[in-house]
Amino acid sequence: MSGKAGASSSNSTNPTNPIGQAIPRASVRRLVTGRGRYTDDMTFARMVHAVFVRSPFAHARILSIDTGEAARAPGVVRVVTGAEVAEVCKPFQVRHAGFPALKVTPQHVLAVDKASWQGEAVAAVVAESRAEAEDAAELVMIEWGELPAVADADAALAPDAPLVHQELGTNEALALTVDGGDVDGAFADADVVVEEEFRFARHTGVTLEPRCIIADYDPSTHALAVHQSHQAPHEMADVYARHLGFPGHNVRVVAPDVGGAFGLKLQPYADEIATCALSMLLGRPVKYTADRLESFVTDIHARGHHVKARMAVSADGDILGLEVDDVYGIGAYSQFPRTSVFEGVHVLRMSGVAYKHTNYRARVRVAYQNKALSGHYRGVGMPIANTVTERLVDMATTELGLDPVAFRRRNYVPSEAYPHTAPTGFSFEYMSLGECLDKLEELVDIPALRAERDSLRADGVYRGIGIATFTETTAISPEYYGKAEIRVAAQESCVVRLEPSGHVRCLIGMTDQGQGTATGIAQVVAATLGVPVDDVEVISGDSAATPYGAGAFASRGAAIGGEVALQASRALKENILAVAAAILQEEPAALDLSDGRIVAAAGGTARMELAEIADIGHFRQNILPPDVQPQFTVARHHVPRALPHLSGNGIQLSYLEVDPGLGAVKLLRHAVVHDCGTVINPLLVHEQIRGGAVQGIGSALYEESVYNNEGQMLNASLADYLVPMAAEIPDIEIADVITPTRSSELGAKGVGEAGVTGASPAILNAINDAIGPLGGRLAEIPATPERILRALGVV
Amino acid sequence: MDDTIEITLTVNGETVTRRTSPRQHLVDFLRGELGLTGSHVGCEHGVCGACTIRLDGRAVRGCLTLAVQADGARVETIEGLTESSEISDLQRLFVERNAAQCGYCTPGMLLTAAELVAAGQAMPRAAIRDFMSGNYCRCTGYQAIIDAIEHVLEARFGAPAKEEG
Amino acid sequence: MKPYPFKYVRAEGLAAVFQQFEEHGDDAQVLAGGQSLMPVLNMRLSAPRVLVDINRIEELRGIALDGGEVRIGALTRHREVLESEVVRTHLPLLAEAMPHVAHVAVRNRGTLGGSLALADPAAEMPACAVALGATLVLRSAAGERTVAAEDFYQGLYETERRPDEVLTEARYPIAGPGYHGAFQEFARRQGDFAVVGVAARGRVESGVLSELRLVYFGCEGHARLARQTALAAEAGGRPYTPQVFAALKDALAEELDPMENMHGSRATKLHMAQTLTGRALQALLARAGGAVHG
Repeated sequence: MSGKAGASSSNSTNPTNPIGQAIPRASVRRLVTGRGRYTDDMTFARMVHAVFVRSPFAHARILSIDTGEAARAPGVVRVVTGAEVAEVCKPFQVRHAGFPALKVTPQHVLAVDKASWQGEAVAAVVAESRAEAEDAAELVMIEWGELPAVADADAALAPDAPLVHQELGTNEALALTVDGGDVDGAFADADVVVEEEFRFARHTGVTLEPRCIIADYDPSTHALAVHQSHQAPHEMADVYARHLGFPGHNVRVVAPDVGGAFGLKLQPYADEIATCALSMLLGRPVKYTADRLESFVTDIHARGHHVKARMAVSADGDILGLEVDDVYGIGAYSQFPRTSVFEGVHVLRMSGVAYKHTNYRARVRVAYQNKALSGHYRGVGMPIANTVTERLVDMATTELGLDPVAFRRRNYVPSEAYPHTAPTGFSFEYMSLGECLDKLEELVDIPALRAERDSLRADGVYRGIGIATFTETTAISPEYYGKAEIRVAAQESCVVRLEPSGHVRCLIGMTDQGQGTATGIAQVVAATLGVPVDDVEVISGDSAATPYGAGAFASRGAAIGGEVALQASRALKENILAVAAAILQEEPAALDLSDGRIVAAAGGTARMELAEIADIGHFRQNILPPDVQPQFTVARHHVPRALPHLSGNGIQLSYLEVDPGLGAVKLLRHAVVHDCGTVINPLLVHEQIRGGAVQGIGSALYEESVYNNEGQMLNASLADYLVPMAAEIPDIEIADVITPTRSSELGAKGVGEAGVTGASPAILNAINDAIGPLGGRLAEIPATPERILRALGVV
Repeated sequence: MDDTIEITLTVNGETVTRRTSPRQHLVDFLRGELGLTGSHVGCEHGVCGACTIRLDGRAVRGCLTLAVQADGARVETIEGLTESSEISDLQRLFVERNAAQCGYCTPGMLLTAAELVAAGQAMPRAAIRDFMSGNYCRCTGYQAIIDAIEHVLEARFGAPAKEEG
Repeated sequence: MKPYPFKYVRAEGLAAVFQQFEEHGDDAQVLAGGQSLMPVLNMRLSAPRVLVDINRIEELRGIALDGGEVRIGALTRHREVLESEVVRTHLPLLAEAMPHVAHVAVRNRGTLGGSLALADPAAEMPACAVALGATLVLRSAAGERTVAAEDFYQGLYETERRPDEVLTEARYPIAGPGYHGAFQEFARRQGDFAVVGVAARGRVESGVLSELRLVYFGCEGHARLARQTALAAEAGGRPYTPQVFAALKDALAEELDPMENMHGSRATKLHMAQTLTGRALQALLARAGGAVHG
């Protein structure tokens, strides 16, 4: 994707420092006029369409496949089975050096002997049109031998459970434990122990644009060109090269405009790699666009945890210890290449980390089940950790009759304690917990809200207030995937070049699916170089044209992408000033760049237009001294090494009303205070928080992948799977606390996952606050009317 | 059985004649046959609103109308509304408020909002949210979209009458 | 997600529709607004060989005040019903229900007749038709017949309409003074199909409730007229206190047998129906000018 980032109006640009300015994204101008260009918008000469025949069963042996009739259907170009595709494509083999005990089995891109979840692709039909391919797909005759399926994760771990993968001998993929401090002692000493059993429904990302890929294999050069709706084109190019047998430089992956991603478009999908294989078999472009029904059963799912947890508390309100036991169902395979276990790792390592207690024990059991794969979706396990913690905190304050605000403040890791290592094993550079709570109290008049709640209760109106501190890890270092020996980069790379016109192009590995990363990076480049933001174009999303980067995940766009852009821009500035110094016969140190001009470093007097330098450097080098070689293209890499990850944190507040007659929840107010370090662009930062919070609200109130015991997803349509719409969502109030990380010059820490990470605990606490006076208690999300009425004991 | 049928319709003010398969829905026709890729396909069962277009002056789901049904009809898409400048204020406000992230829902949102604007009166914020509730946006959290529409309604028609209740 | 192939026939008049029925029998499917049919076709849940498009049959459109009734043509779009002054004045219950029907783009295209004929158990229009005592007009090559809405709905997506008939019109009697309606629906989100809903209509004279019709949707296989519960409400006596409404819960539990679905168990839906019944009756009485005591 390429787009010129910059202001649409002149009022917002401060020429001296664009960082911190609310600059609209120039690329939105394309999007509002129908000029967006998404993968499915593209067609290529001789392009054909792939459709996959998918297993109707959650677990079944493929006894035979007859493709004869399908192959003869109108428009059909080719029908292939798993065995045929396996000849050109290696199966996924997940491996994580940090978890050698992780039990895995190879995953074929099209099932070969048996299908392990409803929706797994088992054959592919390629035809002249999507409709014809669908017609023919129904003619592929498969004889199935149904096998017993196991859908529920707890059931999967039972001794007599049917096995998802016979060869593993167990459904337990991995068990992780932490035991720090004296947990037994803490619980023995506790005045109060609060205990809860939580259920977090499985849900999914529901990007509005379904997954889409066009693979174009050219046999004459043995090269593969792919256009794909994806967050990580470089990583995909690497996967395709290694799995399909290409030299690395013969694969190019371009991600054009991407219609929502959220982690859902971070991984290789079996059907996408199969599409590449189909193009190789046919030697022509093949398009595959998931339709909405298959999206629900093939897109990555997330959550799906059953947690038992308890907290030990003293009578005067100190948290003494925490114990967490989680069962997490990951579906039929561990997602390649990252594995699916990070949701569990985050439950293990992020529970209770905001608080200064030292006694912590946790266990996470990761279970295979005959369901769609679960893995990396926005927040990755952190909403679970935060919900468990914050719910127990509220239960403790209720039990002890303490103020939930004061209780939190009392127990937070104090600001002088950093750097802090939590008893979970994770370390934190800094968390502005108290500052965020102070800011929340400025943003929302909590005592007034309580008074309103209490007075309405007298009229039979049940409102609740819930607050939830949240903590997040962002912008991870090679300590994660590097140490795991998984080919996921921690670095970002950037080329900044001065164009002959005096404008600037920035080519970066980082990608942008609408978050506004490109605009933020343009602001960083502009600020560092001293040029107007409008003069900077950021180009990303092309594995061949941009330097290697891991793309968008773990809230790393501004933190790592921004930092590398800063470093590259600084280097380019030095080079520009060196040329300017030669022309002006000054020392480089005596010059500076400001608003697109060379100025005197002292006093700021304009000396020369940058455009003039660019012109000389590109076309009139004859006027330069012979030893001056203008270096107007600069490349830099940046790998975060100082810390294993950055630490974001914040607090959210929900105010809502429960209708006990219907079990309905109406969210009335929602507020978020967040610390993402340096705020490059508050317009975009706040928009990220809002969008994330609404996804978290969705998970708390609406979203659930409902499966029956046979592993059939029962609500796999957009009519039945409920996402939040405009009428369900209130305006979301936002405030920032800014504590830049010291591990980078830019100081940005990441914002993509903040909203989703803290919304569900705030809502669950508010619901419990509302139904508590009616004797209700709820520890399951989404908080559907059915569950609320059950919690109230009326049904 | 799937013989194509010739249809003639006006698309964004231009008369076009094409042959189409009866089973092709209107948004596939616009995208595939006419290259009007501003209208998007999100669910093909009428829920998400990404395919919202204008048929004979009214916003409809492009996936729930067949192309053959548009024979003789007047169809407008985001490309046409852009060219006519009918919603240039809405578009400008969407940019200023960052009322689009990935942009996939945006043309459908704008077509729905255009109907609201065409109704010719200001509306309270909650009513705008209700009106827009048939268009799914996964990215923004909706607030910026509502802000943009509210601003345009107020600029065109003044402040809304005070909300009841 | 593309439909199976089908033949498309645009009918310019009802005669052409009947001719297609004659030729293709059950293989012919009428296409009205398409807002329910098209998703079914796109998902390949249905495979009609012939689609008979009735959208150009002008005689099926329009809202007319005709003596003591309001006649609404089957092809009248939901939006036209929503915006109709005649409906607002004479059929306020319908006007109250209409904003719950889907969203603007669907209302612009979806038709009253389509909704009535499809008989979705969670749809608003069939319940309103039963509550208002509407008569549905069915036409075939053999002629025209009328069926009372409460007799029209037979089971889950089952109606009195024969495969060779087209539902052409709904006729709603205009109630005299003293009749009031109330509509209560609970949906998970704005515009969704109801989890549970009730359309209520009754007469209130000197604070006494009579001729009450309570019609539940989203509960049983079709819009369900709950006569015993209505009688219990009427017999509850004056004033209609919350205790009277509470007593209705037992009557409703006796009479209504909600189907479990993703949004609720039988017990949950019954609880919701009980809640909504109380709210509907309070609203109805409030509109009649009678205070609800308690």
